[in-house]
Parts: sequence; structure tokens; C-alpha cells
Amino acid sequence: MTPNKLLLLGDEAIAQAAIDAGVSGAYAYPGTPSSEILEYLIDSKEAKQKGIIAQWTANEKTAVEAAIGASYVGKRTIVAMKHVGLNVAADAFINSALTGANGGMIVVTADDPSMHSSQNEQDNRFYGDFAHIPILEPSNQQEAYDMCFYGFQLSEKFHIPILLRITTRVAHSRAGVLHKDPLPQNQISLPTDLKQYILLPALARKRWSKLLSIQPALIDESENSPFNKFIDGNDKSIGIIASGIAFNYVMENFQGANPYPILKISQYPIPEKLIKKLYNEVDRLIVIEEGYPFIEKMLTSFLCDNLKVEGKLTGLLPREGELNPNIVAQALGLPNIEGKDVPSIVVARPPSFCPGCSHIDSYNALNEALKDYSKGRVFSDIGCYTLGATPPFEAINSCVDMGASISMAKAASDMGLRPAVAVIGDSTFTHSGMTGLLDAVVYNAPITVIILDNSTTGMTGGQPSHANQRLVSICTGLGVNPEHIRIIKPLKNRHQENVQVIKEELAYEGVSVIIPTRECVQTLNRRMRAKFKEKGENK
Amino acid sequence: MKKDIILAGVGGQGILSIAATIGLAAIKKNLNIKQAEVHGMSQRGGEVVSHLRISDSQIFSDLITKGQADMILSLEPLETLRYLPYLHESGWIISNSEPYTNIPNYPDLELVYNEIRKYKNHVLINADEIAKKLNAPLSANMVLIGAAAHYLGFEPQEIEDAIREQFSKKGEDIVNVNIQAFREGLAFAKEYIKA
Repeated sequence: MTPNKLLLLGDEAIAQAAIDAGVSGAYAYPGTPSSEILEYLIDSKEAKQKGIIAQWTANEKTAVEAAIGASYVGKRTIVAMKHVGLNVAADAFINSALTGANGGMIVVTADDPSMHSSQNEQDNRFYGDFAHIPILEPSNQQEAYDMCFYGFQLSEKFHIPILLRITTRVAHSRAGVLHKDPLPQNQISLPTDLKQYILLPALARKRWSKLLSIQPALIDESENSPFNKFIDGNDKSIGIIASGIAFNYVMENFQGANPYPILKISQYPIPEKLIKKLYNEVDRLIVIEEGYPFIEKMLTSFLCDNLKVEGKLTGLLPREGELNPNIVAQALGLPNIEGKDVPSIVVARPPSFCPGCSHIDSYNALNEALKDYSKGRVFSDIGCYTLGATPPFEAINSCVDMGASISMAKAASDMGLRPAVAVIGDSTFTHSGMTGLLDAVVYNAPITVIILDNSTTGMTGGQPSHANQRLVSICTGLGVNPEHIRIIKPLKNRHQENVQVIKEELAYEGVSVIIPTRECVQTLNRRMRAKFKEKGENK
Repeated sequence: MKKDIILAGVGGQGILSIAATIGLAAIKKNLNIKQAEVHGMSQRGGEVVSHLRISDSQIFSDLITKGQADMILSLEPLETLRYLPYLHESGWIISNSEPYTNIPNYPDLELVYNEIRKYKNHVLINADEIAKKLNAPLSANMVLIGAAAHYLGFEPQEIEDAIREQFSKKGEDIVNVNIQAFREGLAFAKEYIKA
């Protein structure tokens, strides 16, 4: 590899591009498939030398707010999250389009079609459209780098934030990436209009009007974007619109020699002129995109007739799951010869708790404490402990969104369910559980909240948890009676003791918090290995 | 030159270290590579797969097309079967025979082996046992790469160089034991195919 070519995950390419583009502040809450962006920035020696701030935040909303603050002072900033994280951050995100950006600001959303590690497969391009800001959708790791770099320039040109959308296969695939000469960071420079960020109605109306006024220029930018390409083909019976990673699957099938004209779209708002040009040339227009039929739906709004448009809405391509080269081959009517079927003896191997995981002991104790009650009263949350849904535990009955466990248990108890239990991890609790607990305290709801404290954000690879050493003081501060904050050690030999504690709190007619506390075995092992290595090096 | 390799195993077995070794060998030859993996939920003892693509021309898709894989290289025999739809009819199966039985309904192992043996182009090898004999249980992955070496499109020496580079920070002993493991796998496959 040439010296300026690095082997990077798509996530890492974005992080390196941010460094090279002169970013000053990076903020994120971990979430698959986005976590490696901030991890890379935290681990990067170059970022450290340049004094780049790279921090995990309590949740995605505080991350976006932090980015707005960094941009306000004129610095370049990037914030990264998984797709559902943008729901949490939506309030800040949508309004950031109105405040505009002073320093370049990029919001990265890593969508997870097929739900490899997620609760839904929402397509966040809709958020970009909703906010009326440009969306960049790279098709590969090199473009992830190039478009992040370019995104900062675009943001500063139009003074608005940019949504950079990737999907799992761009995020978590490695390829050689060429990088550019680094740009210096911005100096602090406050907005010239000191009312720009005050979204009082009268001022917000002006900002909204301004945002609407630049829309034609944003479309123009897309028409001329180097990332939107019209690749001509001789056979006009079919025209193809392929966005983001879908473009790769199309080109994989043609091996670079496409017979049909193709419009690759990687920058939005959609380039209307380019689309019309293609539409007018071809008999059938096939739209191939990873995620929801976003472009396909938009075509109806400006093509006078869209009778020849085919895609996910017409059933040519599946609505569910991610694309792959085979699905695209079928849609294009190309030969598709798969290998032999999976033999019938093959069974699924679902994920499970790591051997020695503290959650195993916590769920065993909880199940026993609840065995005299009917089933169905444990509201849970999002993290490794959601695996408590699987056999042999089958210990939980819900997993909806970050923090939902406590609010749901509270309302279930409002409705008369006794006992009602919430199970939430330490990091999820400080992400979105604290406000729900405050609701419960205010109404003295008879619920038992179990905060599984493994001192880390486990599922996403063991990032530090904001809850670290703070859980008791947070719960006390929110008004939970200290007598009903019980810390237990989830271990086999403490089982009976733990069952007893849980039973006592289940019977209490008020808010209880039980905190099973034992470090994640993965982070423990990692720490021990590092310690061992250090010892060896000191010898 | 083009090699599309499905790397399969169970979360925690270390398929990514195999990808790293072969990837490094490819980079040293200035070939293009793409390597797709999935993180998160699936890494917790579940099935994991990585798509490793190596080519001297441009690689478009991160995912291998079903029916086009040149090889399934698997750390676990049941996991080998899960990805058969990816294998080209002339492709190779290089599979560890040591099962990873973290599920209650693991099928009869002989039936699993029989499915693999249905393919003429296969090497079924107990990489764990060979690695243990070398007193290097963590080197089973290198044994497996050795068994695959004939069909990866590299000279064995090129892969040894990659192993050397990959483990160089860990000291000469670790380098040597991994190269030894690689050679054992290579020798085993040679005999296996003759038989």
C-alpha cells in the first residue's frame, strides 16, 4: 500500500476524514454500527496531538447538542450515532437545521437494515429530508472518507449541518482508503448575528424562511456533485437509479461494464434534472436503494407520470432487510446461480450471555424471587441483558427503546400491576432511565427497578459508562429512599441472599432500586490482559 | 486474480484474526481487499461470518455474491454448513472438525461431517487438536490458514511473512509457534487431499 493509503473500516474512514478535515470536537453515544467512529478518534494519536476533543456523551441528544455548541463557537464538529439514536436526538437535530452551523457540522447516522443489532430498520434519510438539510450517502469506504471531508466544506458553504448516512456494510467493512493532506482547525469565531441561535418564534420564523430559501441551491449542489454520477449505457430499455451501497451491488453484477444507463445518487436533495434526463431516455426506471423506498417515493412528487418507475413499492425488490448482489441480480433479470441450500440439519445459533456474565446470576435470582407470581411483569431495556429474553432465562417481557423499562413499569403499576419490575443496564440508565425514575419517585410508584451495573456499555464493545460509581448518588439525588437502594453482588454463591433482597423490595409499596454490581467479564478480561502485558514489559 | 472467501465461526472464536492474516498477505502484494464483518449482538456466542474479498482489479460489493465464493474457511463444522449457498460449485471447503457446542440442539456431528464430505473439494481438519499438540491452543486459527494455503492464491512463504509481521510485536517465540501451526496445517491438507 502507498504510504497515504490505510486499511480502514467505513467508520474509521469517517473518523480519519474528520481529523484530516480539521475537526475540533467529536461526540457520540455508542451504538452498532456507529461505535468505531468515536473509538477511532479516541484512540488516534494524531487526534490527541492535535488536541481534538473526542468524548462519549450520556446519550445521542446531548451529543448533538454538544456539536451545536462546538459549531456555535466556529469549530468543526462531528457527532455519530446509530439510526435509532437519531430518534433520541431528533429535537436537537431538527432545530440545528434552523440555527444553522457556524463551524462545519456533520451528524453521522449508521443505519442497520436487516436489524443485525437493532430494534428496527428505519431509514434516516427521511430525517435529513425532514430537517431540510443535505444528506450524503457514500457507497464505499473511500467515499465515506471523501464525503465526510467534503461534508465539512458543504456545511460551511451553506452554514447548515449535514447528515452523513451510512449503513452496516459500509460501516463494518474494511478497504484501502487514500487520505488527503490535513487542513488546520478553525479558530474560535462566534456567529456575527448573536441572535442566530435563539429560536424564539419571531426569530425562528426568519431562520425557517432562510432555510427554505437555500433549498434550490442545495438541489443545484446535488446536480453538480462529484458523488452523483450519470453513467451512460447503450441499452435504454432499462434505466437504473442506485443510491449509496446499492450502487456497488449493481456494479458487482455488471463487473463495471453496465449495458444500461445508471444514475448513482450519493448526495441529496435528489438531483431532479439528472433524474428527469434518465427518466426521459428509458422504458423502465428501476430504483435500487438500501433501506426504505426513499428516492422512489420522492419521484412521484416531481415526475408528471411515474408509471415506469419500479422498485420496492412495486414489489420488484423486497421491502424488508438489506440488499445484496443476488437480490439486485434478480431485480435486474440477470442470471443468479446460488450454491447448494443449507442442509436441513443446520440449526440457528443465537447469541447468548458470555460464560461468567453477571447478568446470568442476576436473572437467576430475579426468576426465583418472582416464581410465586404470574409471569409477564418484567419490563426490560436495550443492552446485553436483553438476552435475558432467550432460554433458559426467559426472564423479561419487553425491550422497546432506551429507558422504556422504568416508564413502562411505572405506568403498569399505575394501572394496578403488583409487582412491576424494570430491568435496565447502568449505561442505558444514565442514557435515558433517570428521567423515568424521577417520574416514579414523584408519584411514589410501587416499582422495583433493577439496574444491572457491569460498569460498561457492554453490547457495543465495552465503552466507558457514565454511570460509573455514580448510581447510588444519582438515585438518592432523584429522591429514592436510601433504605430501598440495595446493592447486591450477582454471584452463584450469593444466590439465596440476592433472592431474599429482591423479594423484600418486590413487596415494598414504593420505589426500590436494586443494583447488582459486578464488572463485565469482557472488560475484566481485557483489563487483566493489559495488566499482564504491562507486567511483562516492566520485567 | 480474485478470491472470495467466507470466514465462518462462532462469536469469540477469532475469525477476524484469520481475516487479518490473509488481508495482510494481500496488502503486501498490493492487491485490493474488502472485508465485511458484523459487530454487536451477534458477537455474543452467536454465529459470525466475515466476507473477505481479494482481487487485483476493483472490488465493488462488500458482500460476496451467493454461488460465487471460492472458499468457505470455517472454525466450526456446523457453521461451515450455514454458508453453503455462497460456495461456487468448484469452490473449496476448509473446515475445522472441532465442534463448538454452546447450543442444546447441536446436530449429530457425523451428520455434519457427512454434509461436508459431500463436497469433493474439502479439507476437514481438527485444528484445535493440532494446535494443542504444539502446546499452542490459541494457534488453531493458524493451523486452519495452513490447511487453506494451497487454495488462497498465495505462496506459503507469502502467508508466513504475513504471520511474522502480524505477531512480531509479541516476540520471536509467538511468531515461531504460529508459523509452526501454519506449516502443520499445510502438511495436513497435502496428505488429506492425496488420501
